[in-house]
Amino acid sequence: MYPTRFNYESPKSIAEAIALLHQGGGEAKILAGGQSLVPMMRLRFAAPEMIVDINNIPGLDYLTVDADGTIHIGALCRHSDLEKSSLLMAHQPTMAAAAPVIADPIVRNRGTLVGSLCHADPQGDWSSVMMALGGIVVAQGPNGRRSIPAADFVKGPFQNMLAFDEIAIEAIVPAPKGIPNGGYLKLERRVGDFATAGVAVAVESSQGLIIRAGIGLTGVGGSTINATAAAQSLVGAPLTAGSIAHAADLAAQAAQPRSDHRGSASYKRQIVKTFVVRILSGVVESMERAA
Amino acid sequence: MSLDEIKIGGMGASRRRVEDNRFIRGKGNYVDDIVLPGMLHMEILRSPLAHARIKSIDTSKAWAIPGVRLVMTGEMMASRNLAWMPTLSYDTQAVLATDKVRFQGQEVACVIADDPYIAKDACEAIVVDYEPLPVVVNPVQAMAPGAPLIRDDKENQHDNVVFDWEVGDKDGTEKAFAQADVVSKLELHYPRSHPSPLETCGSIADFDRATSKLTVYMTTQAPHIIRAAVAMVAELPEHMIRIVSPDLGGGFGNKVPVYPGYVASILASILLERPVKWIEDKTGNLISTGFGRDVYLRGEMALRKDGKILGVRMHTDSDHGAFFSDAQPSKFKIGLMHSAFACYDIPAAHLTARGLYTNKAPGGVAYRCSFRVTEAMFFQERMVQAAADDLGMDQAEFRRLNFVRDEDFPHRTAFGFLTDSGQYAKCLDVGLEAIGYKDFLKQKEEAKKRGRLLGIGISTMTEPLGAGNSREYDILGIKMFDSAELRVHMSGKAILRTGAKSQGQGHETTWAQIVAHELGIPADDITVEEGDTDTAPFGMGTYASRSTPVAGAAVAMVSRKIRAKARKLAAHLLEVSEEDVEWELGRFYVRSSPDRGVTIQDCANAAYSNMPDGLEPGLENTAYYDPPNLTWPFACYIATVEVDPGTGVWDVLNVVAVDDCGVRINPMIVEGQIMGGLTEAYAMASMQFITFDAEGNCVGSNYMDYLLPTAWETPGFELHEVVTPCPHHPIGAKGIGECATVGGPAAFVNAVMDALKGTGVRNIDMPLLPDRVYEAFTTRRDISGMPPVKTED
Repeated sequence: MYPTRFNYESPKSIAEAIALLHQGGGEAKILAGGQSLVPMMRLRFAAPEMIVDINNIPGLDYLTVDADGTIHIGALCRHSDLEKSSLLMAHQPTMAAAAPVIADPIVRNRGTLVGSLCHADPQGDWSSVMMALGGIVVAQGPNGRRSIPAADFVKGPFQNMLAFDEIAIEAIVPAPKGIPNGGYLKLERRVGDFATAGVAVAVESSQGLIIRAGIGLTGVGGSTINATAAAQSLVGAPLTAGSIAHAADLAAQAAQPRSDHRGSASYKRQIVKTFVVRILSGVVESMERAA
Repeated sequence: MSLDEIKIGGMGASRRRVEDNRFIRGKGNYVDDIVLPGMLHMEILRSPLAHARIKSIDTSKAWAIPGVRLVMTGEMMASRNLAWMPTLSYDTQAVLATDKVRFQGQEVACVIADDPYIAKDACEAIVVDYEPLPVVVNPVQAMAPGAPLIRDDKENQHDNVVFDWEVGDKDGTEKAFAQADVVSKLELHYPRSHPSPLETCGSIADFDRATSKLTVYMTTQAPHIIRAAVAMVAELPEHMIRIVSPDLGGGFGNKVPVYPGYVASILASILLERPVKWIEDKTGNLISTGFGRDVYLRGEMALRKDGKILGVRMHTDSDHGAFFSDAQPSKFKIGLMHSAFACYDIPAAHLTARGLYTNKAPGGVAYRCSFRVTEAMFFQERMVQAAADDLGMDQAEFRRLNFVRDEDFPHRTAFGFLTDSGQYAKCLDVGLEAIGYKDFLKQKEEAKKRGRLLGIGISTMTEPLGAGNSREYDILGIKMFDSAELRVHMSGKAILRTGAKSQGQGHETTWAQIVAHELGIPADDITVEEGDTDTAPFGMGTYASRSTPVAGAAVAMVSRKIRAKARKLAAHLLEVSEEDVEWELGRFYVRSSPDRGVTIQDCANAAYSNMPDGLEPGLENTAYYDPPNLTWPFACYIATVEVDPGTGVWDVLNVVAVDDCGVRINPMIVEGQIMGGLTEAYAMASMQFITFDAEGNCVGSNYMDYLLPTAWETPGFELHEVVTPCPHHPIGAKGIGECATVGGPAAFVNAVMDALKGTGVRNIDMPLLPDRVYEAFTTRRDISGMPPVKTED
């Protein structure tokens, strides 16, 4: 790998990292897992003047759950930490379904959820999952911290809402108000391939009724798609074959896929529909099992 | 008492690979591991466009970068008559472009600098002014009236046709079709793929002005051929050229041709009088070096209603890219395409073939196959399945009915090849039994009632492996023999060198086993060396599964020469006449008194310390082997799959492989070859292809876009064997390295097509990506044949 020349910095604190970003004036890039950044530098698609490696900042690799069920994911929490987490298995079925299908095992050992959100690749899995869950990104800059809803965090393909001197330091999944359920399905041509299409569904139910729903779509638009109408159609009612089929149709309509070497636009729409049905049918089964 | 052959690591021993000891310790010695004093680094600037005229090249900014030693362009190469070089298919190929670029990734300029970072930066500082030209990306466009002329550099080239060629019996075939009850037709495309060895191509050229000797360390499967080519292209004396091919990280055919990078690094070293290293990056390898396949086929089969095949007609349109640089040594324009249907008894066949230039990378190499045999066998087995379906016959029975029978060997195929041995029906039976054929058919019918789509696919084939014989195969006029040199030391230990070149096949392990088999010297006592033209005997290298059929035969023959001399030494030591000496593994003894004997090691010692009067000292010899025929292994691959009707995704349920490669030298290595080959077969059937957009941009220039299967998706394989020794090979062995890659893809595709049987879909072109499968069976139409394969929404 022969990238263009760059300066490498390895700050020991968040404040130091922010100062370096500020000093970099928009030409600096954060290195967390590096699983997207490094290949892009190898191809010289990315040519940052400064790399700010945050791996030596202590205390950013956490995955914690508050008493109320709020989940906190630190900037250095790796995909593999999430994959192996019994906390997720117990508390968050959509995330638990997504964690083992992120990229491949080697990428999962280094890559991070927060880094994946920041990378804002329309084919990134975590953005859809966090959108479906109503997640939040916490950013820290020279003027302190702010929270950005995951639904607003992505500005466009490979563009996020961070200012040039801000670091995304954690992702938050809010406490559920009902029983969380859902899943993540993606079609990939091979393990480690980007999604041809992916669907994240997160629902919360109470007394057999859906009280909250979110559906995020991967790889079927210029950026991650928040299928709000599809999700909204499920709220306030029990899940039935009819309501599932309706939501699936709405999700397929929300998709804005393009034909490419992964498949035609109509095919990708079809996959969205199939996956929404499959995930929600699984939810019905698990609700019936629980009941 | 005779030695236990398995214990000394002889034939049939699953001996552990001796080369792995260094590979798993990270102690392999690849080209990029070699560092020479004062070595410089070369980087290639490649064309971003598929077809464009070069108006100007400004290298001034590159020269200005500190650490840059040389910037080379086509103009500079031309001044030394090196802008163009001959290809292995008697065409010409640009080393560095002078007039036009003809494919994306074509070599335009080179920078030689103190380190690779500087060289890369300097390449980016070169300004090339291109005038874009219309682009041709497939044979349909190439043949269209008014198509842009790609090879305007060639005199008398007025269109994009590389060749028009035919073989077989045209009249006989026409008669067969006139008598047919049913004519079965199929049209399909075998897509372009890339061998993609993990190690890319590279070289270190080291020209020593003081001795006038040029040493080139390079990634080549055929070092002696390269030496001959360098002598020819660079006009250097052959004895002043040393080609060293160190450890290779895979080849699969990709490392047979001569690439512009090699030539440029050699010239740079001569000009700068310093070693120059060029290591291609992965993208460079994928977009510019020898691809495989890319053939469109129309096939027709004349059938009698009882199932007998009366005749076959095939037409191929092959896409050769911008330069016809197929790395194939046969006299035939489309390689061994006419080996198709060799396992079937067919009265008449005719093949017409047209080759076309396009604005794509050149170099149709034998990607783990014997020169287009992969396409031939895929077409064959797809056509066989379609024919069985058209007749409403069971696909296994249809094959059995048409196989060449065991008692009919030697058999002359409809296209003129001579097959010599095999037990085709037995292999099929073993396969059907292993997969549980009848049970699966029942299971499939039951699953269908519940909306599940199961399918079973069979692929049976014999293929010609082991180029060549010298009558029909040569490279640059050099006949396709091979060689082995064996030096048995005084202690009975030995060193063996051959003209082949292992790239992972395990020659260091298996050649020693052949010597152990012939001489009784334990395999562990034998060192094997290959790849250095200053020390190895002249040979044609390793590809087309030719190592065991040709070089392996030479190893047996040189061992026998050594044994013949050792017999004289034994007679001398035993004080009897040579006629009274008998041989058993590792030992000569007196016929009338079997207890009186000497070991091969005793004879080796005597060769240097106690030879009889009149006998030359030493125990060393060389053998050159010109095989009388190709070897014809047979294989039966059967796969079962389930197709998901909601997504078009198909999962492999089971795969059974029955291989008959004659006598197996090292069963473990044979099994490894078959598993690797089946993995590549699965890859081609399911995901692996190099495709291009309308502008000629290569979509597949990295491993995110060019998909190689990993352990995660590759199915398991169940292996079985049948052994029919090769009648003309000294140890009865046949080639095996490529069988599964060649025969495997049709098993997977046939299985998916079988699952879709009844939907009206006859063919889906590889790779059978889920979207293609889904589209085919929801729209009930084929996705096959000439482009456009699919239209954009």
